[in-house]
Amino acid sequence: MGRVEGKVAFVTGAARGQGRSHAIRLAQEGADIIAVDIAAQMDTVPYPMATPEDLAETVRQVEALDRRIVATQADVRDFEQVKKAVDDGVAQLGRLDIVVANAGIFSQGQLETMDDTTFTDMIDVNLTGVWRSVKAAVPHLRAGGQGGSVILTSSTAGLSASQNTGHYSAAKHGVVGLMRTLALELGQDRIRVNSVHPTAVDTDMIQNEAMYELFAPDLPAEGRTREALAPRFGSLTVLEIPWVEAVDISNAVLWLASDEARYVTGVTLPVDAGQLTK
Amino acid sequence: MAFVTGAARGHGRSHAIRLAQEGADIIAVDICETVPGTSYPGATAEDLAETVREVEALDRRIVAAKADVRDLARLREVVADGVAQLGRLDIVVANAGISTDPLTADELSEDAWSTMIDVNLSGVWKTVTAALPHLKAHGEGGSIILTSSEAGLRGYENTAHYVSAKHGVVGLMRTLTLELGRHKIRVNSVHPTQVDTDMIQNDAIYRLFRPDLENPTKDDFAAASQSLMALPIPWVESVDISNAVLFLASDEARYITGVPLPVDAGNYLK
Repeated sequence: MGRVEGKVAFVTGAARGQGRSHAIRLAQEGADIIAVDIAAQMDTVPYPMATPEDLAETVRQVEALDRRIVATQADVRDFEQVKKAVDDGVAQLGRLDIVVANAGIFSQGQLETMDDTTFTDMIDVNLTGVWRSVKAAVPHLRAGGQGGSVILTSSTAGLSASQNTGHYSAAKHGVVGLMRTLALELGQDRIRVNSVHPTAVDTDMIQNEAMYELFAPDLPAEGRTREALAPRFGSLTVLEIPWVEAVDISNAVLWLASDEARYVTGVTLPVDAGQLTK
Repeated sequence: MAFVTGAARGHGRSHAIRLAQEGADIIAVDICETVPGTSYPGATAEDLAETVREVEALDRRIVAAKADVRDLARLREVVADGVAQLGRLDIVVANAGISTDPLTADELSEDAWSTMIDVNLSGVWKTVTAALPHLKAHGEGGSIILTSSEAGLRGYENTAHYVSAKHGVVGLMRTLTLELGRHKIRVNSVHPTQVDTDMIQNDAIYRLFRPDLENPTKDDFAAASQSLMALPIPWVESVDISNAVLFLASDEARYITGVPLPVDAGNYLK
């Protein structure tokens, strides 16, 4: 018996990285999946974003586990796209129990010189996109009458700040405020709401030239390799590891989604190798 | 291999059983007597024997001993004996704790204050201190879980000594996280709201929650307690805390350290 057997989970940003990992981990424990991803590039994002082929690979891996998945290319900046994807998914899979609002982007810049689009894109995806995803899902969670679990992906940057990522930090802090308010608004219907706060995770959003430049502006471009950057990331954590794996976030998501956490709500859960304690 | 304090009943017994269900052997201690000044009968030797029976019924091994967490020498002796019998130590659950009659900070006696700090804060430090040589010995890291409380995150009237001790546990947890990270030893705290155990279901706690009533009942307490939660429940069960402890103890949380984890039905938000 899987830990989320018979449940249906809606995962955003599911084409690759953490989102794909969440979809697979939940499917391993018995859940069917409604997956969305923009699967397209945004102009203000300085690394290649996911593709329709990535989303198809998530579908393949979930189906290989003998679970069902309804995957749709949808942008969390567009409520109607998200709503249609969720409505279609619930129509096909029968219900909704779990929401993992994971879709997010990264870019960098000092707040005083940042252009308007870079800032507003960040808020639109990483904060407002989370709200839209939950808003689209809540009617289905309530309709099930058995409560539910909503997990919002924040970040260590949702609980502390660092330089050159003020728009990201503002969005991720906002997710905490959203989580706490939702926990109060949805509690009477036994819908739990929590946030996870990863440190650096070994995904394409971290392992790219733009992120390397942020962490190693002193190194020449050709010297900014994964190996050269690892000690710099590692110096941020108590456990002295450079980054965690996507599955570590998925295990936290799975626990929060499962009945083992049936009375856990309103909680900020770091998966950060001690970064926030340093 | 897990070391659990306050294991004769309540949370501690539940933690021992839940960890044993998932394959751990147990070193269990409990004071097995009533601590003077507490407002309810303490656990007994028979309670601890029942924990032993329930763990053994799961085909796991358990070494149980009567020990007071205020006595570091005794804790060292018990842990060393347990490790000698069971072979190693990986998990520490510093759970032993007490509560007392509701009094304002200026009404508390020096004895009441000191006993509370001795058991609920210093006892946690002594528990970890006794265990650390064994956790470090094998070089494979470990997981330490400290039982704090909702009262470790916010103040409550009429229980300043308990609130202070439980806040202190958070400071201890954060410092241990920094000191032990290089040994791959993770340290986290759990923060239960009201749990359905003997430490909560007694007249002193009913009066703490219903100062407006002369003789509050369990139902009166339930109504007051539920009004503090975001979820429509009056209290959680011991197993809910155990499931959080199990998650933090497991490899699924291999990179989670320094985290205060509430299991509180949203109490903290209200």
